[in-house]
This record gives sequence, structure tokens and C-alpha cells, in this order.
Amino acid sequence: MSARDNILARIRTNSGRSGTTGESELALARSVIAARTRGPQPSLARHDPVTHFIEECGRLKTTVADVADLSSVPREVARYLAEGSLPKAVVGWHEFAALDWAAAGLAFADRPAQGDDLVGVTGCYCAIGETGTLLLLGAAATPKATALLPETHICVVRKSRMAATMEDAFQWMRSEIGEPPRATFFVSGPSRTADIEQTIVIGAHGPYRVHVILIP
Amino acid sequence: MFFKQTASVKLNDPVLQNALKRAKGKFVDGRALGVAQIDNWEDIRTYAAEMRDRVIANLDAYLIEFEKNATRRGAVVHWAETAEEANAIIAGIALKNNVKAVTKSKSMVSEEVALNDALEAVGVTVLETDLGEYILQLAKEPPSHIVAPAVHKTKEDVAELFVAAHHKPRLTDIAAMTREAREELRGRFLAADMGISGANFIIAETGTTLTVTNEGNADLVTTIPRIHCVITGVEKVIPTLEDFATLIRLLPRSAIGQSIANYLTLTTGVKAPDETDGPEQMHIVLVDAGRTKLVGSDMKEMLRCIRCGACMNHCPVYQNVGGHAYGWVYPGPMGSVLTPTYVGIENAGDLPNAATFCGECQVVCPVKIPLPDLMRKWRERQFDRHLRPIGERLAIGAWSFVVARPALYAFATRIGVRIAAWIGGRSGQIHWLPGIDGWTKGRDMPAPQGSTFRDLYARRRKAA
Repeated sequence: MSARDNILARIRTNSGRSGTTGESELALARSVIAARTRGPQPSLARHDPVTHFIEECGRLKTTVADVADLSSVPREVARYLAEGSLPKAVVGWHEFAALDWAAAGLAFADRPAQGDDLVGVTGCYCAIGETGTLLLLGAAATPKATALLPETHICVVRKSRMAATMEDAFQWMRSEIGEPPRATFFVSGPSRTADIEQTIVIGAHGPYRVHVILIP
Repeated sequence: MFFKQTASVKLNDPVLQNALKRAKGKFVDGRALGVAQIDNWEDIRTYAAEMRDRVIANLDAYLIEFEKNATRRGAVVHWAETAEEANAIIAGIALKNNVKAVTKSKSMVSEEVALNDALEAVGVTVLETDLGEYILQLAKEPPSHIVAPAVHKTKEDVAELFVAAHHKPRLTDIAAMTREAREELRGRFLAADMGISGANFIIAETGTTLTVTNEGNADLVTTIPRIHCVITGVEKVIPTLEDFATLIRLLPRSAIGQSIANYLTLTTGVKAPDETDGPEQMHIVLVDAGRTKLVGSDMKEMLRCIRCGACMNHCPVYQNVGGHAYGWVYPGPMGSVLTPTYVGIENAGDLPNAATFCGECQVVCPVKIPLPDLMRKWRERQFDRHLRPIGERLAIGAWSFVVARPALYAFATRIGVRIAAWIGGRSGQIHWLPGIDGWTKGRDMPAPQGSTFRDLYARRRKAA
């Protein structure tokens, strides 16, 4: 008997069931899974998700800017970086490489971020109004490292991609992509820790700043 | 384990007492605010408790589904019956892949099985990357809280540890200390061969394991190294992504009052050939180590636990003695139920008794675990197995003899109130009672006046 068999057998014996896990028991578990029942939804999730998102970002210390269209993104990035006296070199996802970064006075590197890059620009799969959360799905063109390693993370969010709740985001993911990709990554504000004297410090191992740029 | 002795040392430690007082305010007030943000907290709690029960009732099937889906996505699922087996599996993975350096994000199961010692014994360097765990690794101490492991440390303690480890000037500012730790650890994150994380939940539907963190360390641990190894308990399985959405409304709010944690990191399988980040190998070690003993038992509700720490944050005993007094990995009310299960009641006899039964732990538990009832069951078992001191057993025996005989009880209480009134004297307050002088040292008790309740009741009924 392997450890696996012993553990499963012990679960069965202690639950008062004999033998090995039967097809009907597996079918029951599968039917519960297939139902994908949602738990009780908080009423706050029913408000306008974009408004709610902006409010929640304030609580999380995520800053938000609302711009006219995608081509305005480099200018907003430049404004944000200048305001915080941050470096003018950014690394970003490939989908933003064609924007006119030079006109905004910025140098854009089209590659995944490394350990010493200071500003990372990413998009997201969608955002979640209920909690001010960004959902990033990792892939070759959308590396997670760019959202994680730099001290400043700038994320471009389409207002048309604002889910009310996490359940809505999962539903989109299932119908558009199927299964969750290897790295399914929810970001809610800059990284923080309260491990020394329960004092909240912004900027632990992840970014110190998260800036969201909303586009239509 | 010597709860009583350790507890009195901790009660007289002024530094610890300060740290605990500070933490209590933040955790208790924080949770209250977080819970008030949503209008259907009770509905979500009830739903989550029932969902956890449903899974536990069919646990083998959900584990098999999880294993099937995780394997399909490229992970290797391992099963460990004991702590030793879990350690041997992970050390084996490290040796086979020539791993020299491991980065680790917080995992209570790894504390439970003492994984770091096992890896170091085979020549692997282990780096704890959660700031609290890193501080404790430098201090060579175990965690004293399951969510805030270094809650017992002051910033002065941390400054000392950092000077010794980093060889840099002493810092006094908490933000500066956090930055120094970030900079010290960044290079080691990037250089690690293997990342080890725990899992807050594992999802049967998708074969996903996930961590809930604020620092971002678990993301680096699961993204950068070429191997990712997850160690978690068999009870952590939940059916679907929707169930995760429900539980995440409860977990960070119960833990520290946050509406959501900064990073929810869902990892499923290994990286695609064209990806730059992500591991080439993913191993998931499902640990039993006593958990299946609870399945179908009269303490099965304990398997619902989502490890938020609310029960200890709100426990008047934990608030006064801290986590180390409990003597093992899991402190507070949840620890007082789990520790005897895992290490045997004969080795943890004080724990179910280290409770005032005020009931607050049950009130705040996000999955409605009846913690006082479960501790009471351990007390009953101790009594039945003659594990309590002889004096206590005789006293309980005598009490139950009297109580089962109404006439004798009426007679005994009539004498009892007279003696108590006599001890109370003119002040009407009892300052001392034989046998429980530890209890009366800190408080007075009003002495009974006149006759017993039963006599009064009988008299009034007659008069009416």
C-alpha cells in the first residue's frame, strides 16, 4: 500500500465507508464542481464597478488616472513618474511597445522585467470593482515578473474590462480562455508588511507603488 | 509541554506584554472594521462552513479530482502520511535536482514537520522570505502566531538581529528596516534553485494551489526558481474557483481586517516552453500527519479551519501569554484543539484547559468551528483516561456524586452558603478560598447572602 492509498483508505474508514472511492462518489464531487455555485454576494458588489474600483483603490493606496485612450498612456506614465521623481526608463509588456514613448520623453524596453528594473508597465486580463483588484494572467507576452520585481508597477486597465466581483472575473476567464493559466495573479495595491510591531509598511518584496491608468 | 510554567514566565515578561497589548488592539479593531464593510457577513460564514463540511464529508473524492487535474497540468502530486515522509520527499526532490539554495514563503505545515531542519541536514540552504519568518530564522525561534509569526518581537529586537546578520549600521525606523531586508533578500530570491510555498487552499476543479500574501514574497518564490514545491495539508482542498472567491471574503478580514490581501497567487502546473518566468517542475506534497484522524470524528469541524488566526487574536488567554507558551506550532484555541490531535493529549494536557470558555473564538471564527465545545471534548477525554491530577478528579467525582442526588445537593448547598457567608464576614466579600487561592489572589467574590436559590424558589412558589 502506498502512502496515497493509506491516506485515502483512512479517510474512507473514518467516514464509515468501505472499499475504495467509487465512481458514484467521484461523480458526486464532479457534479458539485460542475455546478460552480456562487456563495452569497455582498450587496456592495452590485454598485457601478468602475466607481467602486476607484474607491477601493484609494483604500489600498493604489493611485488611479483616467485618460482618453490608449495613445495617451505614455504621456500619463511620464506625468506620474515626473511627479514622483522616478526614473524615466520603463520595461513593459509587448502590447505597449508600439506606443510613442519617445514623444513622452521615456525609454521603453520591450522585455520582461529583471531584478534591478525600477518601473514596470503591464496590462491586465481584467479588474475587479468589489476590491480594487487587478487580475493578471501570466504568459510569454504577459510575464508576471514585470508586475512584481520593479519598485513601481503601472497597470493599464480598460474600463470595458471591469468585473463586478471575483466570480464574474472567473466566469469571463472560463468562457474566454478555459482553464486558469499557470500564473493567475490578483494584485490589490502595493506590497506591504506589518511584521515588525504590526506597523504597516508599504513596499515589502513587491512594488512600492501601483498606479492604474484607466482607458475606455 | 509545560503550558503552566511557560505561561507564568510569559506573563512576567514586560517586553512581550507590551508587544501583545499592541497587537491585540490592531487585530481585534481591524477585524471589526473589516467585517462591518460587508452587509451579509453571517450568510457568507454559514455558506463557507457548509461548503467546507461538504468537502470533508467526501474528502477522498475531492483529493482524487485535485490530483487528476494537477497532474494533467504538469504537476507531480506526492502523498505523505507523516512529517518524516513529507521531509524525505522534499529533500529527495532537492537532491535529485542538485538544489543548493531554497527560498521559502510562509508555511505552517512546513513548521509542523520541521522541514527546514530536514533540508539543512542534506546540505540545502533554506531562506525564509516572509519578513516575520525571516526575522525568526535569524533569531532561531519558532513563530508565535500563525499569521503574524514575529508578533512577539520589538523593533529593537529586529534591529539587533539585522545588525548581526547584515553587518550594516543599526536602524531604528521600521520602514528602513523593511527596505534593508528587501535589498538583502532580492539577490537571494533571484539565485534560488527551488521555491517552497504552502497553500492556503488547493482547488479540485483546476488542480490549482494558491497562496494569500501581502508582501509579494510568495510570488517571487513561485515564479523565479526552476522548481516550485508546495507543501500543504490534505484538508485544504476546495471544489471550485467560486469557493475560493467566497473564502477570500472571509480570510483577510478575519485575519487583520483587510478587504483583500495584496497578492492572491494561483499557480497551476509548469511554465510553457516560450515563457520566461515560472518553474519547469512543480511538486505538490499533500500531508496527512494526523489530519485524517479527525475525519468522521466528533472533532471533524476542526478540518474546516482556514488558518486566519482570529480565534487566537480574540482569546483572552492568548492575548496574555502569546503563542510560545502553547509549546507547539499552532497556538490559541485552534491550537488547543489541533495540538492534542497531532501530538497526543498525554503530551498536551494543559492546552484544552488553557481557556476561559468565554466563547469569543467561536463567535469570530469565519467557518463557525465550535472551538469551546471541541476543547471541552478534550477535557472529557482527559478525565475519562485519568490524565487529570488526582485532586481534580476527586473533586469532580465528589461534585457529580452530590449533584446526582437532589436531597443531598440541597443539604450541601445550604451548608455551603453558610460557610461562604461566614468567610465573607462583615464586608460580604470573599478574599480567599482554600484550594483556589491562585484564583482569589486577583479578585474578590461577593459572599452569598441568606438562603440558597432552591430554598428561595420553593418559598416564593408557596407564597404565590
